[in-house]
Amino acid sequence: MVEKRRIICISCPVGCELDVTLDEGKIVEVEGNSCKLGLDYAEQEIFDPRRMVASTVRVKNGFHPLVPVYTEKPVPKPKIFEVLAELRNIELEAPVAVNDVVIENVLDTGINIIASRDMPKG
Amino acid sequence: MLNKDTYDVVIIGSGPGGLAAAVAAKKAGAEDVLVIERDTELGGILLQCIHNGFGAEIFHEDLPGPSYAQRYIDESLELGVDTLLDTIVLEVTPGRKLYVSSKQHGFFEINARAIVLAMGCRERTRAMIQIPGMRPAGVYTAGTAQRFVNIEGKMPGEKVVILGSGDIGMIMARRLTFEGAKVERVCEILPFLSGLTRNYVQCLHDFDIPLLFQHTVKFIYGKNRVEAVKTVAVDDKWNFVPGSEEIIPCDTLLLSVGLIPENELSRQAGVEIDPITGGPYVDESRQTNVPGIFAAGNVVHVYDLADWVTLAGYEAGKGAAKYAMALRASEVDRIPVLAGNNVHHVVPQTINKSSLEDEEIELQLRVRTPVEERVMIEVHDGQNQIARRLARYARPGEMNTITLKPKNFADVEKASSITVDVNPR
Repeated sequence: MVEKRRIICISCPVGCELDVTLDEGKIVEVEGNSCKLGLDYAEQEIFDPRRMVASTVRVKNGFHPLVPVYTEKPVPKPKIFEVLAELRNIELEAPVAVNDVVIENVLDTGINIIASRDMPKG
Repeated sequence: MLNKDTYDVVIIGSGPGGLAAAVAAKKAGAEDVLVIERDTELGGILLQCIHNGFGAEIFHEDLPGPSYAQRYIDESLELGVDTLLDTIVLEVTPGRKLYVSSKQHGFFEINARAIVLAMGCRERTRAMIQIPGMRPAGVYTAGTAQRFVNIEGKMPGEKVVILGSGDIGMIMARRLTFEGAKVERVCEILPFLSGLTRNYVQCLHDFDIPLLFQHTVKFIYGKNRVEAVKTVAVDDKWNFVPGSEEIIPCDTLLLSVGLIPENELSRQAGVEIDPITGGPYVDESRQTNVPGIFAAGNVVHVYDLADWVTLAGYEAGKGAAKYAMALRASEVDRIPVLAGNNVHHVVPQTINKSSLEDEEIELQLRVRTPVEERVMIEVHDGQNQIARRLARYARPGEMNTITLKPKNFADVEKASSITVDVNPR
């Protein structure tokens, strides 16, 4: 069975509209991309859509009450809210350094969540 | 407090433009570089932009705003850039003097050989787009809400309508959704997106947040707190389409309706503003019409990527360093000509040493008291004689002269000042 899907590539700010043709659940054609990133994105987005997740976690005795964090790599889209719930459960202690691992291997995805800045003591 | 009252390059603002200018100025040879920031830490608005999408152009990485800022903060400090935090610049003069004020140090002045304006931009407010209605709490610009949520840890509300499809508005739609709020809809008065397509996909479409083109907010309801807004469809000329009104219950209205370069200081300094961009007219080195005053980033025109602001900051920093170092060289070249023994005054009062390389300089002087015998008119640097001339007498009523010649250049070059004496033989 042939199926057509239209998706927008988010690999870069251009945002190409991709027309993806699937046959028997496999991609047979991608149209509309302007570079190779679009082909990879189509493959990923159709079979295992993922997103980078950025949020904040509470920090004790910090210059600010929160420290911003993000997933080192994109996480599966259906897990976004579970990842956010994990972040709500933890509290760090200042000082925190940029790239410190905040949660290792979050939800067994193999992906770490890391701090995106230094947070000195307040 | 500062060690110096004069800097080669003073940068106003520590966002991506300001920090890039500081790094580039140092690398281009400026010795004393100072960044002035009104907030309590370096980084500017990048610190509240916790989402990814920064650094693709420059680092070929996908970084959040704070990580991107951290790289430039670290680099500036490693290069020895001085910083003044929690300090506001009150005025910049065309002669590049800055009047500044801080809670810690009070009011003081700083002189700059070159200045980089990197104040960024401000968000358009409710007043600027004149949304009719009541005046309850709960109407915020998207960037203000972003600071509340990402830095201060406070939620602006629970049921949200967003006006405008700018990037910060869409990013805040996702961010508020992440934190448990319900974003009812995003209205855009134009028939197309005003932010980046990728932000529509990953901020609105991913979370089924409705985006309505050619729609705006017609009225805000609420006594103390926003209770609802009335949205309406518009035609191509922005006329309301009768019968298309909808009342959307909500407690918060976010505005993402454009950014305006922040140029109050620029105007005071005599910097000419392009009415089209809202920012200074600049040349390729980002120099404004006022010599020695440069500008870079969103203060010049509003960018959609921070990476490009950084690149503009590099140009301005380089240009400012070049200007400052040329000025510093000319300052070293210029020395005073002092009136010594029995000399009332000398003109010129200063000379540029390098002009002596290929032309003579005549010094004109008048003595204080008459000497009716032979006198020696002498030029020296405090220790060594540079030139002398014999005169039959010296009288206050008759001007004397002595000429420095290119052969004196080697001696003058070493001097930090020269003095003319008229001594009896």
